[in-house]
Amino acid sequence: MVANYQVNKTYQEINEKIKKGQAVVVTAEEIIDLVRRKGEAAAARTVDVVTTGTFSPMCSSGAIINFGHTKPPIKASRVWLNNVPAYAGLAAVDVYLGATEPTADDPLNKVYPGEFKYGGGHVIQDLVAGKAVHLVAEAYGTDCYPNKRVEKDITLKQLVNAVLFNPRNCYQNYNCAVNLSNRTIYTYMGPLRPRAGNANFCTAGQLSPLFNDPYYRTIGIGTRIFLGGAVGYVCFPGTQHNPAKPRGENGIPLGPAGTLMVLGDLKKMSPRHLVGVSLLGYGCSLTVGMGIPIPMLNEEIAHYCAVTDEQLLAPIVDYGHDYPAATGRILGQVSYAQLKSGKMTLDGQEIPTVPLSSLVRAREVAQLLKEWIEKGQFLLGEPVDMLPGSEEIHCVRTASRDS
Amino acid sequence: MHAEMLVLQFSREVVDQPIIYRLVKDFDLEFNLLKAAINPRQEGLIVMELRGHPKDFRRGLKYLRDSGVKVRKVAGEVRRNEDRCYQCGTCTAVCPTGALHIERPSMAVAFEATRCSACELCCPTCPAHAMEVRLNRSAV
Repeated sequence: MVANYQVNKTYQEINEKIKKGQAVVVTAEEIIDLVRRKGEAAAARTVDVVTTGTFSPMCSSGAIINFGHTKPPIKASRVWLNNVPAYAGLAAVDVYLGATEPTADDPLNKVYPGEFKYGGGHVIQDLVAGKAVHLVAEAYGTDCYPNKRVEKDITLKQLVNAVLFNPRNCYQNYNCAVNLSNRTIYTYMGPLRPRAGNANFCTAGQLSPLFNDPYYRTIGIGTRIFLGGAVGYVCFPGTQHNPAKPRGENGIPLGPAGTLMVLGDLKKMSPRHLVGVSLLGYGCSLTVGMGIPIPMLNEEIAHYCAVTDEQLLAPIVDYGHDYPAATGRILGQVSYAQLKSGKMTLDGQEIPTVPLSSLVRAREVAQLLKEWIEKGQFLLGEPVDMLPGSEEIHCVRTASRDS
Repeated sequence: MHAEMLVLQFSREVVDQPIIYRLVKDFDLEFNLLKAAINPRQEGLIVMELRGHPKDFRRGLKYLRDSGVKVRKVAGEVRRNEDRCYQCGTCTAVCPTGALHIERPSMAVAFEATRCSACELCCPTCPAHAMEVRLNRSAV
């Protein structure tokens, strides 16, 4: 596809400006007004980078940890961190700690709704907060790794490696959850009161990364991002990445579509931007602060970045019946402007809307990333490969469910 | 509007008096009964939420005590740990009094302690465990 743009910038040119401290950076909210006043081409000429941000529970998150060889050495086969099981089916002292793993003796939903007070996400937050975490490792013992049990306190500093590695983050759009049943239900979308007592939603809307780059023109494999308060990278399309989801006339997916697999050095991250959370009756998770810079390569990018909450639509899904029964039924569409206003209407009934995603912190992330770039501390990473869906839409139905 | 969850203990002497009726009629207070019982010794116990204008609320409480009813506040007060709260808004799904609400356009989550009835629904609901119950020193 050869397009004729009025504005043509390269990653290299923008990075040169960033290095000189001359790059013009605005957030995905600030660009809206700029494009409205000046037009897409003029905005693309003026602005070099648009920063996005999101701050939401992202269950498909976790950490790869290497806790260091012991004396005598151990080939750990079962590992717990603060009594939260970590997956140890890797080499000797490598483990993967998943955000949704509850404490080994958690009562779960036996006392309904379970509170899930502590889990993998909390361990990750404790680690980045500098707290000591109790490690227990068990092994069956081999000739080369004779040790069968290790117990010690570890801190993030002492770990050989700690990498935040999240297989699926940053959903491009998500469901608006209601409950049409007659009892309160507890979901990963928060508590839902009966007879559509509330409608919960979970994206930052016009500030959210993939809403500003709907066809993945700039966000690809190798994109440098803000992750958990430090520098991270997009390393692959996320699991269930599905660019073939139906889109509106403006190109924006009408339901959960693209996702990102991301990673970054946990040792540099902060407990302010990685928060262990408990979702009543559902489980543990990790709230992740993520921001992605979008290079203003041409006016088409400006066009997409200027998208507003009014133009973004979320599918309304009944979590009382349709979601657990996997019927795939959608009750309707609602705009993020409506969702953020505090009320929406469904079948003539007014419903209070409830965000699960922190817009306050999403703005903070976009603002921090903007400052990093303005100060020349953060350069743009040009993707080494693009995500599926950037050039053509592959008609592969990867999943009907999105959680 | 002021609302509090109260435990009322009625001695034998007052258990047959229409005290709640007077509370509604004379002090314009709303009540929501959660539990009411009379034990074998003819003493009464009521757990209820009482709601009304702060001035009426205070006068109503005085009336209860003057009538020989022992009044205790059920719970302590709910406070928000500002370091833990990351301003998502999940709590607003369950807050019955609107003490927790979203300010627009900032989308910041406000907590007005004076509107809180200490029902504690927000405590297990808050994903970040930011809502904490503390003993209320002003409780009788």
